[in-house]
Amino acid sequence: MSTDINIVISECSYLAAAVLFVMGLRGLSSPATARRGMFLAEIGMALAVVGTLLYIQILTWVYIVVGAAVGSVIGALMAVFMPMTAMPQRIALSHSFGALAAVLVGCFKYIEYGGEGLGRLRLTALGFEVMFGALTVTGSLMAFGKLQGMIRGAPITYRGQNLFNVTLFFAALALFFYLLYDPNNATVFYAMMATGFVVGILLVMPIGGADMPVVISLLNSYAGLAAAATGIAIDNKVLIIAGSLDGTSGFFLSILMSRAMNRSFANVLFGAVGSAPAAGAAQQEETRTVIRYTPEDAKLMLENAGSVIVIPGYGMAVAQAQHIVHEMANLLIARGATVRYAIHPVAGRMPGHMNVLLAEANVPYELLFEMDHINDDFQNTDVVVVVGANDVTNPAARHKKSSPLYGMPILNADQARHIIILKRSMGAGFAGEDNELFYDPKTMMVLGDAKQTLTNIVQLLKK
Amino acid sequence: MTPLLLATAEVAQHAVHTLPPMDFSRLMFYLFILVLAGFLGFEVIGRVSPTLHTPLMSATNAISGISLVGSLVAASGEYSRVSSILGMCAVCAASINVVGGFMITDRMLKMFRKKDQGGRK
Repeated sequence: MSTDINIVISECSYLAAAVLFVMGLRGLSSPATARRGMFLAEIGMALAVVGTLLYIQILTWVYIVVGAAVGSVIGALMAVFMPMTAMPQRIALSHSFGALAAVLVGCFKYIEYGGEGLGRLRLTALGFEVMFGALTVTGSLMAFGKLQGMIRGAPITYRGQNLFNVTLFFAALALFFYLLYDPNNATVFYAMMATGFVVGILLVMPIGGADMPVVISLLNSYAGLAAAATGIAIDNKVLIIAGSLDGTSGFFLSILMSRAMNRSFANVLFGAVGSAPAAGAAQQEETRTVIRYTPEDAKLMLENAGSVIVIPGYGMAVAQAQHIVHEMANLLIARGATVRYAIHPVAGRMPGHMNVLLAEANVPYELLFEMDHINDDFQNTDVVVVVGANDVTNPAARHKKSSPLYGMPILNADQARHIIILKRSMGAGFAGEDNELFYDPKTMMVLGDAKQTLTNIVQLLKK
Repeated sequence: MTPLLLATAEVAQHAVHTLPPMDFSRLMFYLFILVLAGFLGFEVIGRVSPTLHTPLMSATNAISGISLVGSLVAASGEYSRVSSILGMCAVCAASINVVGGFMITDRMLKMFRKKDQGGRK
C-alpha cells in the first residue's frame, strides 16, 4: 500500500532530521565549523518538512501555502533588516512565535478530538504544552517589549506581587488537573490557556533589564519544552528531540547566566533587584570625589600602553560604539600594542551579546576572551578600557558582604596598572551598587557618550 | 464519486483521524526519547563556544520551529475550518522561526572571522 511507503519515507526523514540537528549543533563548538553545521540543520529541516508533506493527506494547499508564504516573508525580512543591536529583542520574539505555534497546535488537537478522544495521558502532554506555551508567548512578548523600550525596562513591582503570581500559577495548575478529571470540559481548557497567558505577563513584568540574559534563556527553555510536549501529544518523535535540545540549551544557558550573576533562578524571577534599596546605597558614597578626565588624557595614556584589554558592556551596545572601539583597537595595534577583549558572561542583554556586536564590527574572534581565560592577565596589563560596563567590574563583589553583587564573579579590571572608564554618567549600575572602581586612584573617568568620546580619542591618536 | 473512491476516501479519513492509542508504555517511550535527547543536548551544548551563545539561541530556536510539521497537519484542510485557520496561523508562526531563525543565525555566523579573513582592515 502506498501509505505504508509514505510512512516509511516520513519516519526516515524524521530520523535523518534528528541526526542532522544534533550534528548542526555540534558544529557550533567552533566559529570555523559553525556555518557548515547550520547548513546540515537546514537540510534536516527541509527533509522533515518534505517527509511530512508526503505523508499527510492534503485536501487543500491554500492554508499551508498562505501560512508558509506569510511566515517566510516575515521571517526573512526580520532576518535581513533587524540590526545586530536588536538581537535580544528578536530572540525574545522568536521564542514567542515558537510557543504560539505549539499553543495553536494544542488547540487544534483539542478541538478535533475532544478530551475524551485524546485520552488522559495524551491530554496531560497537551495540557502541559498549552499551559507552558501560553506562558512563554506572553512572557516573551513582555521581554520583547522591555528590550525594545516599548514597556518600561525597570522592574515593575507592587505589594503582594509574588504571592499573587504564585497563586495564579497554582490556579493554572488546578485547572490543568481539573481538565484531566473532566476532559471534555472545553471551558476549563480555555481557562487554563488564558491563565497561562496572564502568568506569562506577570512573571516577566517585575524583571529588570540586566536580568534579561537569564530570562531570555529560561524562555528559550520553556519554548523548547512546549515543543517537546507537542511532540508527545501528536506522536512526532523528531519534535520531541528538537524540543528537548532547545529546552536543554535554554536551561544550560540560564544556569550559566545565573551562575555568572551569582544568583539563583528563584532570586532572578522573584527578587526584582534594582528597586527601592538601591538609592540609599548610592547616596552614602557621594562624599567621595572623582576627577574627570578628558579624551586627551585618555589618549596620552593609551599611546604609551603596551597591552590593552577592552571590557565592553551594555553601554557599548546602547551607544552603538562597537565599530569605533574596533577602530581604536586597530590604531593601538598598529602602534605595537596588544589589544584583547574581555567578555563577561552576562555583559549585555543575552548570552553572547557582546561577541555578536564585536563580530559585526569585524573584530576577529581570536581576540575575544572569556572571563576565566583572561582574568589572570589583568595584573600584567597596562591599560584597561571599560566601555559601558559597570557591575561586572565592581570590586565590591569580592569583599563587600552587604552588597547585592557580593560573590558574583567579576573581571579583575582593578588589577591592571591603569583603568580608563568611559561612561555616560556617574550613576550606579543595575544592581544599584556604587562601583568602587570609579574611586580607585588608578582610574581615569571620562564621562560622556561612549561613541563620542572614543571618536575623539581616535582622532587624537591619528594625529 | 464512485463507491470505490468514496470507500477509499473514508479509509483515508479514518487513517488520519484516529490517533494511535496512548498507553503508559508509549508515553514512557516518548519520555525516554525526551530525557535521552536532553542529556545529549547537555553534552553537545556544553561544548558550544561561549562566543557563539547568541547564534546558539537563534539556532535552537530555528530547530524547534520543527513544530511546523505539526502545524502542517492541522492546515492540510482535512479538518474543520477553525482547525485549518489555527493550522495556518501555526504554520505562519513556525515558518517565521524556521526561515528567519536559520537566516539570522547564518548572518551572525558570517560575521565571526579569523584575523586572516579580513578581521583586520
